[in-house]
Amino acid sequence: METAGTSSLELDPAGADEVRLIESIRAGDDAAFSDVVRRFGGRMLAVARRFLHHEQDAQDAVQDAFLSAFKSIDQFQGQARLGTWLHRIVVNASLMKLRSQRRRPERAIEDLLPKFKEDGHRTDAATVWAVTFDTTVADHETREVVRRCIENLPESHRTVLLLRDIEERSTEETAELLGISPGAVKTRLHRARQALRTLLDPYMRGATV
Amino acid sequence: MTCREFIEFLMEYLDGQLPAEQRSVFDAHLEECPTCVEYLKSYQQSVELCRAACECSADEPPPEAPEQLVQAVLAARRGQMSDE
Repeated sequence: METAGTSSLELDPAGADEVRLIESIRAGDDAAFSDVVRRFGGRMLAVARRFLHHEQDAQDAVQDAFLSAFKSIDQFQGQARLGTWLHRIVVNASLMKLRSQRRRPERAIEDLLPKFKEDGHRTDAATVWAVTFDTTVADHETREVVRRCIENLPESHRTVLLLRDIEERSTEETAELLGISPGAVKTRLHRARQALRTLLDPYMRGATV
Repeated sequence: MTCREFIEFLMEYLDGQLPAEQRSVFDAHLEECPTCVEYLKSYQQSVELCRAACECSADEPPPEAPEQLVQAVLAARRGQMSDE
């Protein structure tokens, strides 16, 4: 699990408030531990829930992440914000949790990919999305629909989508984290995006999902 | 070029990873295929929506940690300290 305090994504220095908080944690101050868990626990749980379907698994991943962070707090250099550092740790804890679970049968991704005629052209006519990104981005309901569609992606593809498009990890880093080849990461990412588009299609055409 | 080939290499096309010659074949397909034009737009929107849906938004306050999770973490941390 990653616990080092430096990363190319972590460029913002910690603020004075965070510096004091980290010093208190290093000193073993109970109130500081409690403050960190309350301040960052909710956001970390939201991240873990994207990777792990079961609530208890997500909470376990958050717990593992905090314990790992507390144990290695001396390695936190302060070039990063504490939240960014904890975010990366909980992503890695969630991936470890996923790896430790027995793989469940998942929906075939092919069911969610576009269909073609024998001549290689599409079986359906052009469909225009009535709802555009600009009109929906601030819409709470749409964000909920999108999150639900992401949850419904097959796990092997959802994880790649989350790491590449949400966590902005590189193809190579994603490949290393998941123990697959960079080529497989690219294939899964493209398929996951196509599948997400298929799941979003009824809603974005104006129907209710 | 067929729609199947267009969609198969769509990500490379959008990432600018196709050689110029192949890219012009893609551009030509887009000139004549409204289905693929709309597919490309909705594919790009799906990626943007995915990113936006997972970011914190002004109208959504940061989620709070359930109290039982807070207590579980603090108890586990006390156990961690006594083991060291």
